[in-house]
Order: sequence, then C-alpha cells, then structure tokens
Amino acid sequence: MATNSIAPANVARLSDDRISHDLLHPVFHTSRRFYLIALLLTVPILAAIGAFLYQAYAGIGVAGITRPVFWGFYITNFVFWIGISHAGTLISAILRLANAGWRRPVTRCAEAITVFALVIGASFPVIHLGRPWLFFWLIPYPSERGIWPNFRSPLLWDFFAIGTYITGSLTFLLLPIIPDWATVRDKASGWRKRIYTVLALGWRGTPREWRRLEMGMRIMAVAIIPVAVSVHTIVSWDFAMAPVPMWHSTVFGPYFVAGAIFSGIAALIIAMAFLRKFLHLEEYLKPIHFDNLGKLLLLMSLLWIYFIFAERLTVWYGNQTSEMAAFWSIQRGKFAILFWTMVFCNFLIPFPILAIKKLRTIAGTVIASVTVVIGMWIERFLIIVPPLEHKYLPYAWGNYRPTWVEITITAGTFAAMALLYLLFVKFVPIISMWEFKAGQHVPPPSPERISALSPVQPGLQSTLPATDSEA
Amino acid sequence: MNAIYGLFTDSDSAGQAVKALRMASSRLHIKADGIVVISPEPIEERIADLPKERTPMPWLAALGGVLGGTAGYMLATFTQRTYPLPTGGMPIVSLWPTGIVMYELTMLGAILTTLITFLITARLPNYRKQLYDPGISDGKILVGVADPDCNCRAELEQQLYQEGAQLVKEFSNRRSDVEGEGQS
Repeated sequence: MATNSIAPANVARLSDDRISHDLLHPVFHTSRRFYLIALLLTVPILAAIGAFLYQAYAGIGVAGITRPVFWGFYITNFVFWIGISHAGTLISAILRLANAGWRRPVTRCAEAITVFALVIGASFPVIHLGRPWLFFWLIPYPSERGIWPNFRSPLLWDFFAIGTYITGSLTFLLLPIIPDWATVRDKASGWRKRIYTVLALGWRGTPREWRRLEMGMRIMAVAIIPVAVSVHTIVSWDFAMAPVPMWHSTVFGPYFVAGAIFSGIAALIIAMAFLRKFLHLEEYLKPIHFDNLGKLLLLMSLLWIYFIFAERLTVWYGNQTSEMAAFWSIQRGKFAILFWTMVFCNFLIPFPILAIKKLRTIAGTVIASVTVVIGMWIERFLIIVPPLEHKYLPYAWGNYRPTWVEITITAGTFAAMALLYLLFVKFVPIISMWEFKAGQHVPPPSPERISALSPVQPGLQSTLPATDSEA
Repeated sequence: MNAIYGLFTDSDSAGQAVKALRMASSRLHIKADGIVVISPEPIEERIADLPKERTPMPWLAALGGVLGGTAGYMLATFTQRTYPLPTGGMPIVSLWPTGIVMYELTMLGAILTTLITFLITARLPNYRKQLYDPGISDGKILVGVADPDCNCRAELEQQLYQEGAQLVKEFSNRRSDVEGEGQS
C-alpha cells in the first residue's frame, strides 16, 4: 500500500497471527465484565425511554421548555451530539487523504463514534416534538394534507444535511469493514459463521476487489469532508438565521464547525483510552496516537478561544441593548458560573496540559478531553438558552429550568452512546485488521531515502514514530 | 470452475510465482486471465505482474453527483411552486435555500453512486462457491491457475512448489469434484 511514512527497520513489527488474535479476541470472547457494563448502561437508557414515554403521554409541558425558551436541553443535546459526530468521519477522511501512517489504528474507532453520535443527535429533534409520532411531517413527500415542509427553513436543511452525513458516514464505516468481516467469517464457526458469511458479502480479496475498495474509500474521503463541514454549518444556521440577540451572526458557521471538531477529537481520545485499557490494545493504540491527537486538540482549543473572543468582542463593541442583556447575563449574570466553567474546561485546563510536552501523556490528554467534552456541552447550552431568555422585548423575558424528564433523557443518551459503542466493539474488530497488517508490511525505507530526508530534518529516523510499523 | 493454487507466506514469493506462471503460460496452456491472486491485504504495488485495470468509479461518482443535484433542484423548485408559501414579496423559489438542498443531494448522489458502483464492479455480494482458501485470513497469499489444462496439472503443482508455495491445493465448485476447497 502506498504510504508517505517511513518505517524504521529497528521497530518491532507484530505478526499477522498476533494481530488477528488480539483484535478478534473481543469478538469471539465475551467476558463477565462486558455483561456487567452493558447491564449498568441499560439502566439509564431504560429510565430515559420511560421519561420519553411519559413526556409523550403527558405532553411536552413536563419538560422545562416554556415561553420564551422553547429550545432547552434537547436542542443543546442535538447540537452537542452532532458536534461529537465530527470526531470520526472528518478526521478519518483527512488522515486517509493525507495518507498518514498513524491513522490505521485510529480510523475505525473514530468512524464508529460518528455514526452513533449522529443517530443519537438526530433523535433529539424528534424527542423535542410535541407530538413525536408525527415526525415524518418533516420529510418532504407529496401528502394528502397538502402541507409541504418549508424549503427556506434551516430545519429542513438539517434534514437533508444530516441524512446525507449519516448515509456517507455509514458507507465510510462499513466499506473497510467488509474484508475484516471476511476474516471473522473464516475464523468463526456455527451461528457466528453464518452471520459473518452474510455480512462479508462473499469478499475474497482479489486485486479487483481491493482496487475497487481503495478507490471507493478515496472518493468517499473526498466527498465526506465537505459534507461534514456543511452539516455543522447548517446546524449553526438553525440559530444564525433567526433574529434572536447573539444568534444572528456570520461567524456562527465556522465557529460551530471548529467547536464540533474540538469536541469530536476529545470524544475520540476518551474512547481510545477506554479501548486501550479494557481491550488491552497497548500495542496498537500507543502514546504517539494520543500525542498526535493531543496536538490537534491543542490547535482546536486555541481556535475555539479565538472564536469565543471574536464573537464576544463584536457583540460588546456593537453595544446593542437587546444583545447586551443576553451578553451580560452570560458574562456576569446568572450564567456567569457556567461561562467561566466553560472557559476553564475548554481552554485554561487543556491548554497547559496539551502545550507542555511532559504533560501531554495518555492520562493528560484524557483529562483534557474530559474537560473539553464538559465544556463543549456547556457552550452549546450557553449559545441556546441565555439569548432565548433575553429576546428583544423585556416583558417577554423568562427563565428556563430543566426538569427531571430532560435530565433523565440527557443522561440516557450518554449511556446509549456508550452501549452502542460497546456492542459495536463486540461485533466488529475495532481496529481495521487489514489496514493495520498492510501498515506492518510496508518495507523499511531505502538508505537513499533516509539520507535524502536527513539533511532537511536531522534525526528524522529516530523521531518519526508515527509510522506504519509503530502505528 | 476448477483451479490449482498455492498458498504463499509472503508477497515476494507470490510475486515470483505470478511472474513464473506468466512466463510459462504458453508452455502450461494458461489462459490470459487464468492466473488468480487473492490476498489478505492490497498487494498490487508489491506484485508488479498483476494486470492493471481502470475503473470508471470517479466519473460515475461525478455523474451521480450531477443527478443528485438535479434531483435536489427539481424537488425544491417543484414543491415550492406547487405549494407556494407567502414570502412577503421575496421570490417563491430563492437561490440560497435551493442551493443548500441541491448541494446536499449532490453529495448524496455521489456517495450512493460510489457505493453502488463499488458493489457492482467488485461483484459483491456473491455467495456462490468461488476459488478461495480460509488460509488467506491467516496472512497467506493465494496464487493459482483457473481451469488449468488437465495434462499440465503435475507440472503446475511442481512450478508452484518451486516458487515457494507452502501448500498446493485443488479447487472445484462442481459437486462431483470432492477435492476442492472453497468458501461456502
């Protein structure tokens, strides 16, 4: 396989047998711990389902959303989860196109996050509906009612954008799984063999199949990047198209995309740390992967603080009465605690951890990522609720307080994400085996290539750890 | 179909075997497309003698994008004209919202076309019994000859062993031939 990385000859390579054994172990062996964790996660999910059914029965009034705040926890969760979904497909596509050798153990972990986060995120507009059983009214189809969705509404753009992104992400995830399912098929027996025989689609590994797969993945990688960017831009337009103080801003598109990638990378680091710990993937998910992703997280943290500053400075400088009411409620009013917690979580804590090389360890990047995920959820909340509480006319101002229904459903979705990921790991090798093996078989660099590189970057041979063999 | 094949442990010896079979193709009556290679990972760049094929996939993806975009334009314009909503003097069919729907459906068209083209051109799904060996999943590379000349079987077997095959086997997808091995 073509790669631009250099594999030092002295780095120990894992054998194909060892890779198959390590990565297929979770698929073929189910520990008690798996059942226990699955059971623990099921409890909040059932509670969330119960809360949702109660809301459907009793009416949307049991949620805290009321005039003038009609978007509360549910839309916060929608934006948050769509943002988390940017972890996978976008990062994976960029790394694939850049042909970064260290991507190999990371891509599938990331792509799976995208698909599950999108499914969870997309469910929130439905949960948010007063009559969720009529959700299909959002779909443009010729009905006898004569009611068509408004194509000028960003909510309908969401439908198209998220629909395209889910389709693309699912394709991007499933295509490279086919060869691995074929491997599972060959190793399995009984009912497992029957299931994986169907899933593998009769894959054999002929040059024709490999060529088509690689070409398909290249096209998908090119197509999915603009789709991913468009999705969160359109989510931002749900707000920016509305004449609400602090929403009607041109910076919202890139601000949301940057925030989405920021929270997405953080979620990916957390997921990778769990996989490394519980599936004993220390030989695959190495400190270098966390280090590289930590650097990306650092970059996004800086970008995030830049956007926050730019957005707030513009509002403050404009000094419009309606905007300042929302602005001050966030800066020094009742939302100030949340605002400064967000700044701490998204910048003041992760920045030193990620900027100082000694602190950018696995534990360090995980701590930074946890704070970023918390901070980004708060950020979504602060974008939505304070401006809605302070619309243009002061007599229409109000307060929002989430109820137990919203809190239970929110908690349930975090558990659902974890459970879906856990089940995925049970049925699919979480690291792409064929890609990882291909990386192991990259021949060591020729002496000419090393000498050609060394004058430009002295010591490259010893400091280039993100290679196929080490990745 | 029947075949005789060898399992190789590395791409170098598999590449040598492909080269040797190609050179001996007239002597062993091997058809032009009779040499089969199956591998657990892409090895095209390591085996120079594999036939290079062009695929129309990128062009078809672009075509799918154009069709998707056209469908998006038609959906947005037809529905807005059929069920016109009051727009306060603004155009019924406006460029920006229509453009967004068009853009998303352009990408959806390209993605779906890529997926369909991949499945068709890679000939998947295919659940019939085909030349295959489960050893491929253990990292072996299969190099074989499809429908070999009956008189040359022994010579072929010898050639494959000579090039470094760890094991040489026969395959048949006919029920009467019990020697064959393949994916069920």
